[in-house]
Amino acid sequence: MQDLTDLYQSVILDHNRRPRNRGKLPTANRVAHGDNPSCGDQCTVYLRLDGDRIGEISFEGSGCAISQASASLMTLNLKGKTVPEAEALYADVHRLVTTGKVDEDNLSDLAALAGVHQFPARIKCATLGWHAALNAAKGDPITATTETHKD
Amino acid sequence: MTLDLTKTRADFPILHQQVNGQPLVYLDNGATSQKPRQVIDALVRYYEHDNSNVHRGLHALSMRATDAYEGARARVAKFINAADPAEVLFTRGTTESINLVARSWGHAHLKPGDVVLTTEFEHHSNLVPWQQAAKAAGATLKYVPLLGADGEGGLDMAALDRLLTPQVKLFAFTHISNTLGTINPVAELCRRARAVGAVTVIDAAQSIGHGPLDVQAIGCDFLAFSGHKMCGPTGIGVLYGRRALLDKLAPDETGGGMVVSVTYEGATWKPAPERFEAGTPNVAGAIGLGAACDYLDSVGRERIAAHDDALVRIAMEKLSALPGIRIIGPRKGAERSGLVSFAFENVHAHDIVTFADEDGVALRGGHHCNQPLMRKLGLTSTTRASFYLYNTEHEIDRLVTSLRRIQNFFAG
Ligand SMILES: Cc1ncc(COP(=O)(O)O)c(C=O)c1O
Repeated sequence: MQDLTDLYQSVILDHNRRPRNRGKLPTANRVAHGDNPSCGDQCTVYLRLDGDRIGEISFEGSGCAISQASASLMTLNLKGKTVPEAEALYADVHRLVTTGKVDEDNLSDLAALAGVHQFPARIKCATLGWHAALNAAKGDPITATTETHKD
Repeated sequence: MTLDLTKTRADFPILHQQVNGQPLVYLDNGATSQKPRQVIDALVRYYEHDNSNVHRGLHALSMRATDAYEGARARVAKFINAADPAEVLFTRGTTESINLVARSWGHAHLKPGDVVLTTEFEHHSNLVPWQQAAKAAGATLKYVPLLGADGEGGLDMAALDRLLTPQVKLFAFTHISNTLGTINPVAELCRRARAVGAVTVIDAAQSIGHGPLDVQAIGCDFLAFSGHKMCGPTGIGVLYGRRALLDKLAPDETGGGMVVSVTYEGATWKPAPERFEAGTPNVAGAIGLGAACDYLDSVGRERIAAHDDALVRIAMEKLSALPGIRIIGPRKGAERSGLVSFAFENVHAHDIVTFADEDGVALRGGHHCNQPLMRKLGLTSTTRASFYLYNTEHEIDRLVTSLRRIQNFFAG
């Protein structure tokens, strides 16, 4: 097995211990929920969309350190982005967690998720919040389920 | 009456390997057990010497395969003390067995206004089929509550008496909870159900092979289990049904092997067990299951039960001492089966399982197919260590050492 410190980097542990933007967002005008049925992880993402731009974002839920840290990092990185920018960023994150390939400039602190690609079972943990966020952003307030979405 | 652990462990080839550079500690027996050489050999022997279809060939191999398959049925009947081998139906496992009762019996007997009773701590396999059957019939599904904030109080027997009205047509309950480790008083539950004329269905997935089990002493109508949790192969399981009920039950699946005569207009059914085994059965699986019965009885099921009990008492003692641990199910010192489910405040079950795996310790993390129970206890997941005849006290120490390392890592 790969070294677990690749997976549980200090940035991940920090975000797991002190998640940013956790809780309901009173000003939200979009909400979407993500479920990971095989392990019971859940994530609800709240957005305030100002036109096409993500003005505010928060999340609630429960899950492993990877899912919580990824959602927390996501809120920091999606705030202020337009919906197409958010989609483009997720494409990079998805490539990162599935291949480990990282474009440092673009991803900054999200690069801490690079270790996930060595643990295929954990990819769905890292992407759960992102599925919910994109569903919320695209006005698709359905439940995002990682098992029915292609990661 | 103790187990010879060196001898027992030598019977299980899979145990003698390293995982992530550490000797494997397999503590996921609640999900599936490992297989002894004796069972593996029985499968190889069958495929190398006797493989053939059953009940339809007149040649030597087919007769041998048929004898071995029916011999396995008789062996399983003896293992659970069924009155008649015809009361043993081979299925794919617990899930298929329960679905068979829910569909066949449910379809024939449930009407609007009837009540199906189950408990708050059933595996999804003994819950969803009853939801479906009740819905299809317009019947109501009710749950006997679980007592205690950590589920430590077991079934609420007083509530059971209130719920067991003459409207209850069927009561389905687990023998041992795969999540809590609670052991239900199954004979007593059957006695009370019988008093109101309810049919009883027992999910014995977690109890089979962990101690003696006697369907006549328990007094149940149906009992379901899987071979793979009792040292047998996957893909084979059993539905025990009392003869009087099986004789009146319509088949769930139809096709070859289960009919007496077929015309273009219709068909007539053979009696149990064939009536419920349409198509070519899992012959090798049944033979492997028979070998598993032989194996477990050669070790001694009382011995296995005593070993499980000794291990779980040690595990409860040592795990309770970990800071911030929440153990669900019966309290330390109270009767429980050979498993412990727990949660740490700051570390999620999946992180625990990943770290324990790095130490060579195989655990289960998640909702254990018990989502409503998790919700009731205010949890989303737990980590479970489940023991069997080849586990040792040293392995519990390996588990505890690994858990301490995890706590330290996440405490930062
Ligand atoms: C209590 C209980 N019931 C039912 C099942 C389902 O068994 P199977 O998956 O073999 O059908 C299990 C297995 O996890 C179980 O623990």
